[in-house]
Amino acid sequence: MSISRRKFLGWLGVAGISTVLDKRVYAASNKHFSGYPDSGGVLYDNVLCIGCRDCENGCNQVNELPQPDKPFDDLSILDNKRRTSPKAYTVVNRYDGIKDAKGPVYRKIQCNHCLEPACASSCFVKAYTKTETGAVTYDSSVCVGCRYCMIACPFEIPTYEYDKALTPRIMKCTMCYPRLLKGKLPGCVQLCPTEALTFGKRTQLIKTARERIRKYPDRYIDHIYGEHEMGGTSWLYLSGVPFRDLGMREDLGITPAPELTKGALGSVPIIVGLWPAVLTGMYALSKRKEKIAREEKEEAVATALAKASAEAEEKLSKVLTEAEVKNQTAIEGAVKKALGKVADNQTKEGT
Amino acid sequence: MEGIYYTLQDFFTYTKSVTYILIVVVLLAMVGFWRFLTDRDEN
Amino acid sequence: MPRESATASKTVLSSFDQALKDLVKALRETFISPFGFVYIIIILLGLILTILRFTKGLAGVTNLSDYNAWGIWIGFDLLTGVALAAGGFVTSAAVYIFGYKKYHFAVRPAILTGFLGYALVIVALNYDVGRPWRMPYPFILQQGTTSVLFEVGACVVLYFLVLFMEFCPAALEWLGLKKLRKQLIKLTLVLTIFGVILSTLHQSSLGSLFLIAPSKLHPLWYSSYLPIFFFVSSVFAGFSIVIFESALSHRFFGDKMDEALQKGREDLALGFGKAASLVLAGYFAVKIFGISVDNHWHLLGTPYGIWFLVELLGFVALPCFLYAVGVRDRNLTIIKWAAICTVIGVMLNRLNISLIAFNWHLPSADRYFPHWMEIAISVFIVTLGIVAFRIIASMMPILHDHPDYND
Repeated sequence: MSISRRKFLGWLGVAGISTVLDKRVYAASNKHFSGYPDSGGVLYDNVLCIGCRDCENGCNQVNELPQPDKPFDDLSILDNKRRTSPKAYTVVNRYDGIKDAKGPVYRKIQCNHCLEPACASSCFVKAYTKTETGAVTYDSSVCVGCRYCMIACPFEIPTYEYDKALTPRIMKCTMCYPRLLKGKLPGCVQLCPTEALTFGKRTQLIKTARERIRKYPDRYIDHIYGEHEMGGTSWLYLSGVPFRDLGMREDLGITPAPELTKGALGSVPIIVGLWPAVLTGMYALSKRKEKIAREEKEEAVATALAKASAEAEEKLSKVLTEAEVKNQTAIEGAVKKALGKVADNQTKEGT
Repeated sequence: MEGIYYTLQDFFTYTKSVTYILIVVVLLAMVGFWRFLTDRDEN
Repeated sequence: MPRESATASKTVLSSFDQALKDLVKALRETFISPFGFVYIIIILLGLILTILRFTKGLAGVTNLSDYNAWGIWIGFDLLTGVALAAGGFVTSAAVYIFGYKKYHFAVRPAILTGFLGYALVIVALNYDVGRPWRMPYPFILQQGTTSVLFEVGACVVLYFLVLFMEFCPAALEWLGLKKLRKQLIKLTLVLTIFGVILSTLHQSSLGSLFLIAPSKLHPLWYSSYLPIFFFVSSVFAGFSIVIFESALSHRFFGDKMDEALQKGREDLALGFGKAASLVLAGYFAVKIFGISVDNHWHLLGTPYGIWFLVELLGFVALPCFLYAVGVRDRNLTIIKWAAICTVIGVMLNRLNISLIAFNWHLPSADRYFPHWMEIAISVFIVTLGIVAFRIIASMMPILHDHPDYND
């Protein structure tokens, strides 16, 4: 099927017009994103935390998670370090013997509801959403179970129901998104007796945290964990001891997850755009080389043939001339002989 | 298509969706263009 | 019915009949043989474990955990499998794009290996993923376009289709479907170019998967060059697998190979060996640059650093040098060993990145080691591939040309 120039230009024209017809203009700058304006967050202050585990209890009730083996007021659980699990969206760990600490220090672990979540960036079926409330939600109705989000999360939060054969889900803290929509507090914040957990607008919480540090510089490490880590999280932490002593990583950097894969994903369209030209070019090159090689071969064969036939002709004419000369000599010889015989006969008959 | 993107994640979701669609368009257009280009080549 | 098509359909029917006979013969040859018994045991075990996997969940057959979400089904079956299946695109590119017609005989075995390789990757994913029946979701329901995995999935599916179409002519010759085969053959160059584009994309993207986890991958392996490392290593993995396979085929399928293949083997080993040596050299250089740009020299003295050097020197620099020596001395044995070393090296690299250097910072109690059932299922999947290759190669014109076709 051949395509005329006219037809091709026609197709181009149609394609071009259809793009111009969409005239929406965006106010977005594509340089800096500061998140939803009224995004909520939670401030956790471990100086105020007493490790009572009421937050774990609240979470368990609100999310209707199964009852654990030991009740929530059993504080011996804190003797072991735990992580989130399919039955526990949040856990509290106790840290003893930290230098300069006046007693045990606690740390509550749960999803940090990042501003640019790595889980959302990595999910190939868009199962995660950063909502306007600040909560990062998970939709188990589309999840395929690839578990790439678990690889991606720098805080090691998502857990998986490996023991379910047909309906395994990711399990993680939801910041009680349905409750937030109704104006209620997350289950953990609701039950905290010491206000170690406070819910509010993230921008406000940061101001609050800074104020607390300013007022009590001896009590707090001068850092709000989550303000910038991985591009910023909605769950913010104040601590009386260095964060690394609580097992909180301080080497995560401030680059948000989407930026980490931006370069690689950006090269995909470049390869699609350029490879056809490059590969076709190489194909043309190799075809040309083939053609030149074939032409040179043909030329060499032709030259060789011509040379061979010229030589052969020369040889032939030489042989022919030789033969002719030989013939001539033979004829002359025979004639001479015959003449001689005749002369002899005449002489014989003459006497 | 929303008017403004609050997160890098949302921005990328949109731009990459558009890019993927364009990738398919480009590939198909390439085939057409290649035929247009090599139509009158001697074999 | 006009006489011509009557004879045509009679020929097709008789071809089908012959094809069926070939299939039965191939099945018998494969399973009623010394190795055949082993295949049957592995396949039976695999089927039992499959039932376990889908009744007791991943917890019943794997050692996966919340810290270690990906195990050997990803690290070996997916990552290593895809890298080693690169022989398909590398060989078809060499022959159809770069014009190395003398390797034409190697294209079909390489394409078959690639096709089966990707098929096995898809099979393995059905075991690993939580709800395999939902695998089409990213394409038909919601597109997570910010995810590298989305791109990997799209490319793998498309490339699998390309491989299938490149494999079909051999099957069609076997079935006697001449017209359809002719149509497909016309697409060879387009399919090859498309195959190279798709392979570049997904081979590199498998490396890009780990870009999102800098805090979990050891700094000697984590690099923004990961996609480049993965693509380049897939190229010499492809060359090496083809060399290794031609040596294997010669040993086990010698009777099915035609003269062209037998004679061409040496040429192939020398040509691909030279190319592999070159690419390995380039890869080695780029790996060194990866260290220098991030200034990670001091890490080479740590335990993980030593392990990194084992991978880099023992399985990149060494085979590069072995290939060079083998090519210079025209020594097929050295080239064969270089190929084996390279293949092991690529596997080691993929396992390092996904399992060994991944989560390197976690205490050993939280580290991963595969459950024996995971290993058994991987062995089962690979066995399916080997058996399929044997059956197809003995029935269809893969290792030899079909007498009726000579284009």
